[in-house]
Amino acid sequence: MSKNAIIVGLVIFVVAALFPFWFNLGRSDTVAPKPELSEQAKAAKKCVLEKYDMRANHMSLLDEWRDSVVRDADRMYEAANGEKFQMSLSTGDNSCIGCHTNKEKFCDKCHDYASVAPYCWECHTNPKEITQ
Amino acid sequence: MNQKYMLPLIGVFLLFLLAYAGVEGANMQWAFGIIFPYLAVILFIGGFIYRVYGWASSAVPFRIPTTCGQQKSLPWIKQNCIDNPDTASGVFVRMVLEIFLFRSLFRNTKAGFARDETNRLSFSWEIFLWVGALAFHYSFLVVLLRHLRFFLTPVPACVRFLEYLDGIIQIGLPGIFLSGIVLIAAVLFLLARRIFDGKVSYISLASDYFPLFLIIGIAATGISMRYFTKVDIVSVKEFIMSLVTFHPSIPEGVGGLFYAHLFMVSVLFAYLPISKLMHIGGIFLSPTRNMANNTRAKRHINPWNYNVKTHTYEEYENHFRDKMIEAGLPVDKKE
Ligand code: HEC
Ligand code: HEC
Ligand code: HEC
Repeated sequence: MSKNAIIVGLVIFVVAALFPFWFNLGRSDTVAPKPELSEQAKAAKKCVLEKYDMRANHMSLLDEWRDSVVRDADRMYEAANGEKFQMSLSTGDNSCIGCHTNKEKFCDKCHDYASVAPYCWECHTNPKEITQ
Repeated sequence: MNQKYMLPLIGVFLLFLLAYAGVEGANMQWAFGIIFPYLAVILFIGGFIYRVYGWASSAVPFRIPTTCGQQKSLPWIKQNCIDNPDTASGVFVRMVLEIFLFRSLFRNTKAGFARDETNRLSFSWEIFLWVGALAFHYSFLVVLLRHLRFFLTPVPACVRFLEYLDGIIQIGLPGIFLSGIVLIAAVLFLLARRIFDGKVSYISLASDYFPLFLIIGIAATGISMRYFTKVDIVSVKEFIMSLVTFHPSIPEGVGGLFYAHLFMVSVLFAYLPISKLMHIGGIFLSPTRNMANNTRAKRHINPWNYNVKTHTYEEYENHFRDKMIEAGLPVDKKE
């Protein structure tokens, strides 16, 4: 191959490999959004697990809840901090959405940032959307 | 036991421990999170340019017609335009197929003795290297592209679509990504092939095993963080974004496993230009694949040829024409 063709290919490669750097050049709006706690959550003060555990692990908790309800018909969850929860994604005050009432300002803020699109809402509903 | 794979295995394990212990024990997040990743990018880009530039500066050899099809010949003999191209477009098709489908591996054969009393040596088609290599390279590509979600905000629709396709079987939460499973399975298969196939094992060196173990380490820590030990993804993304916008800041609460993953990735990138992994760039320059077989149609002048004084038949005839005609010898041009 001719030297010039190789150099052109090399330049394309370097530009592509450094894509994240030049694409984000000079940006300062890349910090993570802060999920907003609703009034209910503020009053409750505590989540199901410790805050850090919740941040990293809430999908596994939801998986556990789902299996417990759907497979064992057991809807009661006793958290490590002694609180009791009626296991549910969005039904009742004790559910995720029951306490974190504003899904857009809470769950979705993180999920949009991290590019996760939980498929749960194809079947489960966000009560707020129904009353609107 | 064989030191050719024990040494790289221990090496990768030490690299893992170094980063894990450095962060958990000595709080060296700044080293494993900031210094080494930046250094790795510099070494990767610099080393890559250096290697490819070196290749670009060396002389292009005479076209090597090691081909797998009929060369262009008489009009009634059918040419194989892709396997034995004489035009640039044919070469282009051959290169595209080589790069995306690994056709050279597809032709892989294995030698073996017949198991009956004839004990004859015979060659048979061996497709599993090709299958394993395709699975490995494509799943690695998908994993790499999927990681763009940590490097871009907002995440572009094409990356989201890739994630959607990759997670399409929706098992468990967080949902399983197929590419991760295929990657680890394929790389373990390629490793097993090196270890258990006597003939491959004989020609395998430490530098063949090291990248395999490193990639296994990277995949294992990544899978562990996603499905088992868990890590705060939002903080991790914030950290990566701080690196690519050149405002590095260490996140809180992200443990040693993440830094071990990052460190092994940094080592892989820094090591790439000085290793066999340079076939990323090298495949484009494969002399037996990227040159048209037109040696009979075009004169190729060897760039390092000594300047030999020639005397062609035409010149010879010009010189002796009169004498040749006089002696009754046939000539091409009769003045
Ligand atoms: C009774 C009310 C309540 C329920 C029910 C509840 N949470 Fe929370 N959640 C909170 C509070 C209060 C916090 C803030 C904790 C803190 O700051 O220490 C929180 C924090 C969180 C966080 C971390 C947010 C951050 O800022 O990092 C996540 C993620 C979360 N919750 C998800 C869930 C999910 C998923 C469920 C359902 C399984 C759930 N929560 C159920 C009250 C609740
Ligand atoms: C195909 C439709 C469907 C999808 C998609 C779906 N679910 Fe469910 N889910 C159900 C049904 C039906 C029940 C049973 C409801 C009951 O018995 O109260 C249920 C129950 C649950 C429960 C316990 C009961 C309750 O009120 O919430 C949890 C927790 C749960 N699902 C979590 C999830 C999560 C998390 C996702 C997304 C990852 C999800 N589900 C996706 C249909 C679905
Ligand atoms: C602190 C940020 C944060 C908040 C707040 C948060 N999530 Fe998440 N969630 C994440 C991240 C990050 C992931 C993806 C983890 C991964 O990709 O490994 C995730 C994943 C999930 C998943 C699994 C999706 C999948 O397909 O794998 C579900 C279900 C989920 N979150 C539900 C919720 C619900 C319901 C809420 C609100 C009550 C919530 N999350 C609030 C950060 C958050």
